[in-house]
Amino acid sequence: MLELNDIRKTFNLGTINEKRALNGVSIKLEDGDFVTIIGGNGAGKSTMLNAIAGVWPVDSGSITINGVNVTGLPEYKRARYLGRVFQDPMTGTAATMEIQENLALAKRRGNKRMLSWGITKKEKEEYHELLKSLDLGLEDRMTSKVGLLSGGQRQALTLLMATLKKPEVLLLDEHTAALDPKTAAKVLELSDKIISEEKLTAMMVTHNMNDAIIHGNRLIMMNDGKIIYDVRGEEKKKLTVPDLLNKFEEVSGGKLDNDRMLLS
Amino acid sequence: MKPISALFAALPGSVAQGLIWGILAIGVYITYKILDFADLTVDGSVGTGGAVAVVLILHGCPVPLALVAAFFAGCIAGLITGTLHTMLGIPGILAGILTQLALYSLNLDIMGQANTSINVDKYPLIVSLRFIPSSIIKGALFVAAITAILYWFFGTEQGFTIRATGCNSNMARAQGISTDKATVIALILSNGLVGLAGGLLAQYQGNADVNMGRGAIVIGLAAVIIGEVIGDLILGKHLNFSGKLLFTAVGAIIYFVVIQIVLWLGLSTQNTKLFSAIVVSVFLAIPYLRGKSKNSFKRAAKRGEIKDA
Repeated sequence: MLELNDIRKTFNLGTINEKRALNGVSIKLEDGDFVTIIGGNGAGKSTMLNAIAGVWPVDSGSITINGVNVTGLPEYKRARYLGRVFQDPMTGTAATMEIQENLALAKRRGNKRMLSWGITKKEKEEYHELLKSLDLGLEDRMTSKVGLLSGGQRQALTLLMATLKKPEVLLLDEHTAALDPKTAAKVLELSDKIISEEKLTAMMVTHNMNDAIIHGNRLIMMNDGKIIYDVRGEEKKKLTVPDLLNKFEEVSGGKLDNDRMLLS
Repeated sequence: MKPISALFAALPGSVAQGLIWGILAIGVYITYKILDFADLTVDGSVGTGGAVAVVLILHGCPVPLALVAAFFAGCIAGLITGTLHTMLGIPGILAGILTQLALYSLNLDIMGQANTSINVDKYPLIVSLRFIPSSIIKGALFVAAITAILYWFFGTEQGFTIRATGCNSNMARAQGISTDKATVIALILSNGLVGLAGGLLAQYQGNADVNMGRGAIVIGLAAVIIGEVIGDLILGKHLNFSGKLLFTAVGAIIYFVVIQIVLWLGLSTQNTKLFSAIVVSVFLAIPYLRGKSKNSFKRAAKRGEIKDA
């Protein structure tokens, strides 16, 4: 369970570039919630995910994961609770390390790392089976450097790494935005599969309204650093893209300014 | 020109020197290649290692113990650079320069003078330019042992954290790795090896000198780069991690052999550092220029020339 309580964050305070990125965000996720997040440019979608991940400290408010107040924990200490996949396929993996070594790094997320082997023989067999299930042929390239993989393969691998050790919350930050449509669909399908099989609690930022409606059991819309619309269950299933556009204009009093979102 | 026999007579000495500097170069490899951090502490910590080892031996400390102390003195230097960088936010290169400068004074303090000599006839030194064959064997043993230990270390969970930090610090943090801690550990380990190399170098040349580390980082980089090129030529894709470390030491040997050759050809000793800087510049520029030649506007212009009718 994840709870955000009145999170606020302003960047470049007191300068000409001052930007109120999060303006009192509160949300409570139940176990197994799969929330899709939409909103215009600069609405605070990725910023909210970064606040949860602890990329920087928030100005005020609290973040609680499974009853633990993590507001004061730096990024690397919060990692034990979180699985993350980023927009840029380069961000989630170590390019100069082998596929199996990347998996081994992820397997130890949240553990104390001392002088035992960074990867064991037993793990290699386990990863072989796991990669086979991806059906990308990666199981035969376990000792290849990740830098040799395509963007889609890297995102699939990052997804596997993020969930190798079951996270309390899985954060997907536009993780298919940099991929071609076919690959994006594949990675999204894989995300769905892992989330439902492992019964994960997840948040997914997307610019694709259709995806936001189809996937997950809950949808939130953000604008100006706030959650302006929160819908779940049957009501969410019945949503259409025009519904969402209307909702946006109604709540924010303006047109949606995200071109990518309108086009897709 | 001197007779060629003079060159051949000098080459074993170059090999022995290359092996000792190879230890330093392996230290540089850790920061420069694995951590992706240009650490200029090296120019100071090699002198610290030398000063600590020589002063301790002169005070009756057993030689192996003095080398252990040289290693730890280097470790402390690395810890300082790491702290300046990670906890005080000083850019990496500047943090190294600050430590290096401070060490110049400290090295003088340790020795009480600019140069302290040590006589191999009076003390059971491990290596010495008076006994080159045995120095070569011992130098090679040091390189082999260090390579084995590092091969093990970078295969451990802790070693993985350093590799991940050097490759992609965002990813490392997302996987729960303290990138600050990994950076400091790598700097400690690297400068420890540099300190050890300093301790051996001072014994080899028979003195510790406050200027012995000047340009050490450039020689270390030269060894890393030469080793990389040669290793790639000989083993290509089959070059594994221990191979890379060994070839770094080979790179150091080649560097000193080349220096010996240019000295024999008539370069004056005072110009060796100029020569080193040029060699390293050339080797660093080659990959860039190669990439550029494949991808240049000039060539595009040639390909895209519109022929007049």
